[in-house]
Amino acid sequence: MAAPHPIWSRAELALTLLAINPEGLGGLWLRARSGPVRDRFLSSLDALPAPVRKLHPRITDDQLFGGVDIAATLSSGRVVQEQGLLSGSKTLILTMAERCEAGLSARLAQTLDCRKHCLIALDEGADPDETLPPALSDRMAFHIDLNDVALGQTGPIAFNLAKQIDNADIATPDEVFSHLTKTALSFGISSLRAVQHTLEAAKAHAALFQRKTLDIADLQAACELVLVPRAVQFPDADDAPAETPPNDRQSDDCPRGDSEQMDLPEEILLEAVQALLPPDLLAQIARQKAPRSSGNGSGDVSKGNRRGRPLPPQAGRLDGTTKIDLVSTLRAAAPWQPMRRMVSPRGQALHIRPADIRVKRFEEQSDRLLIFTVDASGSAAMSRLNEAKGAVELLLAEAYARRDHVALVAFRGTGADVLLQPTRSLVQTKRQLAQLPGGGGTPLAAGLQSAMGLAKTSKSRGMTPTIALLTDGRANIALDGSAARVPAGTDAEKMADTIAAQNIASVVIDVSKRPHRALESLAGHMRAPYMPLPRADARSLSTALSAALAD
Amino acid sequence: MKQPFPFSAIVGQDEMKQAMILTAIDPSIGGVLVFGDRGTGKSTAVRALAALLPPIQAVEGCPINAATFADCPDWAGIETDKIVTRPTPVIDLPLGATEDRVVGALDIEKALTRGQKAFEAGLLARANRGYLYIDEVNLLEDHIVDLLLDVAQSGENVVEREGLSIRHPARFVLVGSGNPEEGELRPQLLDRFGLSLEVASPTDIDERIEVIKRRDAFERDYQGFMSHWRAEDAKIRDQIVSAQAKIAHIPTTEATLRDCAELCVALGSDGLRGELTLLRTARAWAAYHGAGEITRDHLRAVAPMALRHRLRRDPLDEAGSGARVGRVVAETFA
Repeated sequence: MAAPHPIWSRAELALTLLAINPEGLGGLWLRARSGPVRDRFLSSLDALPAPVRKLHPRITDDQLFGGVDIAATLSSGRVVQEQGLLSGSKTLILTMAERCEAGLSARLAQTLDCRKHCLIALDEGADPDETLPPALSDRMAFHIDLNDVALGQTGPIAFNLAKQIDNADIATPDEVFSHLTKTALSFGISSLRAVQHTLEAAKAHAALFQRKTLDIADLQAACELVLVPRAVQFPDADDAPAETPPNDRQSDDCPRGDSEQMDLPEEILLEAVQALLPPDLLAQIARQKAPRSSGNGSGDVSKGNRRGRPLPPQAGRLDGTTKIDLVSTLRAAAPWQPMRRMVSPRGQALHIRPADIRVKRFEEQSDRLLIFTVDASGSAAMSRLNEAKGAVELLLAEAYARRDHVALVAFRGTGADVLLQPTRSLVQTKRQLAQLPGGGGTPLAAGLQSAMGLAKTSKSRGMTPTIALLTDGRANIALDGSAARVPAGTDAEKMADTIAAQNIASVVIDVSKRPHRALESLAGHMRAPYMPLPRADARSLSTALSAALAD
Repeated sequence: MKQPFPFSAIVGQDEMKQAMILTAIDPSIGGVLVFGDRGTGKSTAVRALAALLPPIQAVEGCPINAATFADCPDWAGIETDKIVTRPTPVIDLPLGATEDRVVGALDIEKALTRGQKAFEAGLLARANRGYLYIDEVNLLEDHIVDLLLDVAQSGENVVEREGLSIRHPARFVLVGSGNPEEGELRPQLLDRFGLSLEVASPTDIDERIEVIKRRDAFERDYQGFMSHWRAEDAKIRDQIVSAQAKIAHIPTTEATLRDCAELCVALGSDGLRGELTLLRTARAWAAYHGAGEITRDHLRAVAPMALRHRLRRDPLDEAGSGARVGRVVAETFA
């Protein structure tokens, strides 16, 4: 059999170290599709301290933390507390970790902070942005990605934990602290938890090999395991101080000559990590920084939902967040009535058991809001305001079909107006649009600002806003109303950046006669798809917009 | 249970430590909100706060920590008027807390076993005269936030449910922490915090090394580490107690009031809460330093944390509101 894949060997080592110090290392984030490779890895999780409990992303607080067991309390006549999954268990396995929401991740993070548990997060995310919340992954020492490993490249995981030294007995040479800190910084890892985890991992590694003092092999292994997956930049001797200006002491403190008196040369650590970094690291980082729009697959959190479609009721428990479906509960209990009446000592008319309880469920989907931000300036009016209106009308028809809300913002002269607050009345929208006069300057930044304000308020009301910007892109009025092309352009760009940072979906439609390079870059700032109208006929426009909206 | 990481052993993060001390000196400042990146010691600092707080006198067994027997609520059924010294309560409000647990609810045990309608006090009652700590405050469920806003405003918790009609004082200092990347805080809740901080990972390499060293020592030699730093914590606590004694003797001069008002006008902060907080914070800071009066240096030192979260958002300002406050302070006091 061929030698195991290097990632597999590292995964094996990570699991071993985790078994040595589960609480200190926090856990392991396993990114792998379900399959034989993952199964093989999971089969060796038994080495972790028992009891092991499985969690799923939709787990309720009652299940996690425990609470009063209403059913048992009622039947026994005294308070019966129910144990949560967290109490008593040592190892938690979070399945479908990519669907884990911020709320659950915060609760689990608090749990991990108590250092009594260790968490294995099984992440099956397909896209790079379908992933575990960073608050949680930051608290777990090991990040392992098994997606590139084939079954033939795996081997059995053998543990040899019999003889190991107590963690507290392992001496840490003083310079280890500075080496690890600097190494982490040179890879652009700012969280101090990573360094802490590296140190713990190194100690576990030393314990495994029964060394009383950390040596270079321990540190190297720990850096490979903990720091490599977190690296966000390549270390560069010349660039490092420039990129992190406050750290210029770094180069002062450790000039090359000094390294002779240290017995653990820092370069070895750097090289160890660097050798394992994927060549397309920077591209990956760029991808990770892209907005996590609806990438986790769960859509926007829906508050104040008015469009919940009722789903069939389900057997469930009344835990304060659910509503009982009385009719179906009675229906579920009905067939058993004669039988229950026979065995019941009390002659009660209706016998309902906890198992009969049915709870209401709704399909949660938040309403969508399309914010049309239309350029009504002189230059746009000259070119193709009418066509832009036509495009908007086309989109309106589509919005109507989907029962989306629409809002209209127009900018011309020195500022922007919200002509129409979010509404479903398309007639009103059309009327406003038809009356829209053209003329004046192009205060693009002001238009974007109004649109963003609208998007933010609607978001807090539970809608999912999308900004559709129709402009010819020749911004010439700055935010403060002054007519100057350059500040107007930078203001618009800053605004676009802010919109992107707010994770507001948007689409830019160029209505100028000729596609405009500046507008394309603006779309880049907004992280929005860019569509030049001249090339787009009505049909392709609507397809492209639907595609932009669908994600 | 293991004691949390000691306050005085936290490396750097001076502004955060300063804010914690200030709110301990004068609880009427109104609590602290710490926002920042992951792994910057936010939760550590808040959990360590408990060790700094001077103890309070309360009636034994009183669920709302009442200072005198007369203040004890009827429903608690307190029969003794013995006063005991207990540590200032720092109550953790977990994200998953249900409304029942927060405001209190019908005592199910008594209701079922004895048929009595009794009230079981919630977290708000236990936090009375103390601190209520919410980690990841920006992820708190909306209906719990609404509840907190109302109680923090009125200082009274009113429970009208399950046939109960109970009200009890709930005066507490809100302490919250969170990571802004995971969600924003509603402005209404933001305004309830007296001081607001933004923390970042230390960039100084030696500081970072020291953090790791201390954390490692804490894990490895828990006893030795704690016995050393507990003494340091006690020193800070003594300073807090002596500052509390001085605070009443620090006069508020016309000039200070004018400075506060000018700052707030220049910054365009909404409402008058900014001025009040700024004044109280500066006074506490002066008392902590043993000064007899509030100087402009004191105002300068606390203005960013007292005013940062009261500004209108300017989406185009990338420098952050703390820098904006600093700039305006420099201009106003020029």
